[in-house]
Amino acid sequence: MAAQLRVYKRRIKSVTATKKITRAMEMIAASRIVKAQRKVAASTPYADELTAAVTAVAHGSDVKHPLTTEAKRPRRAAVLIITSDRGLAGAYSSNAIKAGEHLTSQLASEGKEVDTYIVGRKGVSYYAFRERHVTRSWTGFTDNPTYADAKEVAAPLIEAMERDTDEGGVDELHIAFTEFVSMMTQTPVERRLLPLKLERTAEESAEVFQRDEHTHALYDFEPSAEQVLDALLPRYVESRIYNALLQSAASKHAATRRAMKSATDNAEELIKSLTRLANAARQADITQEISEIVGGSSALADASAGSER
Amino acid sequence: MAELHVELVAADRKVWAGEASLVIARTTAGDIGIMPGHQPVLGVLRSGPVTIRTTGETGEGTVVAAVHGGFLSYTDGKLSLLAEVAELADEIDVERAQRSLEQAQAETDAEAERRASVRLQAVAAER
Repeated sequence: MAAQLRVYKRRIKSVTATKKITRAMEMIAASRIVKAQRKVAASTPYADELTAAVTAVAHGSDVKHPLTTEAKRPRRAAVLIITSDRGLAGAYSSNAIKAGEHLTSQLASEGKEVDTYIVGRKGVSYYAFRERHVTRSWTGFTDNPTYADAKEVAAPLIEAMERDTDEGGVDELHIAFTEFVSMMTQTPVERRLLPLKLERTAEESAEVFQRDEHTHALYDFEPSAEQVLDALLPRYVESRIYNALLQSAASKHAATRRAMKSATDNAEELIKSLTRLANAARQADITQEISEIVGGSSALADASAGSER
Repeated sequence: MAELHVELVAADRKVWAGEASLVIARTTAGDIGIMPGHQPVLGVLRSGPVTIRTTGETGEGTVVAAVHGGFLSYTDGKLSLLAEVAELADEIDVERAQRSLEQAQAETDAEAERRASVRLQAVAAER
């Protein structure tokens, strides 16, 4: 029976060690969320200004640009799926992949061919395991993406947008990533980056007319509207991708934190029930020992009482 | 006098914001100076120094920044300078810029040479 107790003790020790590790990972993830959130906030002014500028050009001029005009019959679309390099983040990566898959099948049902682009090792291995074709993939920076990483991702996508569809180019660019809503909520989202959706809803444009009908009308372009748009749109795509990468990183850390918190809680629970079992085993040992002694002594007493007669 | 509210933002941070009376930047079509009341404009910037004459709360003075590509947009008294990379002149490490300029020249790396010389120009313009 003492063997039983030893087994419990050993298991308690190992679960305690695991708990220490998961608690540490939880803390690390928690501190990284704050950092990632700060980066998202720091990149917002640039993204906002850029969006304002793109809207201004699009409304202030009637320039037709390959990146803004919708193809009459779009035949091919690019989908960028952002996942993480590492696991231990609950359902984070599989949710992002699911969003990407949903987007892909939706585009396919509209009769478009889909080129898949992937960020993050988890997504890459998902596609590799199913032996599905991936046009381009990037790994190694999902935890802490920089603007240079976003540029690197954006470059082939923009190039594919500009290329003719017959020569392997694409007509649309979609992105699936995880939006960081709050510490507790991260939602996988699907967005269309290009062509830009510039048409507004009826109410919105009515509002513009009421306020000031010249809001977007009077821009002067330096050197020309086409050249401004030419330079602006790639930057716009880069900044959107950068934002998506940052939000995904923040979401990943939040998912890790949550997963590690529940792992720690589970370990605690396990330790508790194992301690109960160990206590019961120890008590059983003691009880048995006592009953052995009592049994032994009463046997002796019986034996000596018998010999006196 | 009317003031110009200037925001200089890089891709990953806000570099400088404040009031100014004049901003001079280099667009692909040449230098452009913007004063309060300018017509709304949207331009493509070339790598080069941006000079901001400050007024208002920030006090009279000159702020110079090295800007590596980007855009400039002005409407309703608000000027936004967007750049992938932007550094204020006092943030620039002159020695390092000098060294990277020499290195770039030695390796005939035009891109790096341009970057380093823009930095040095910005520092020189502030003095």
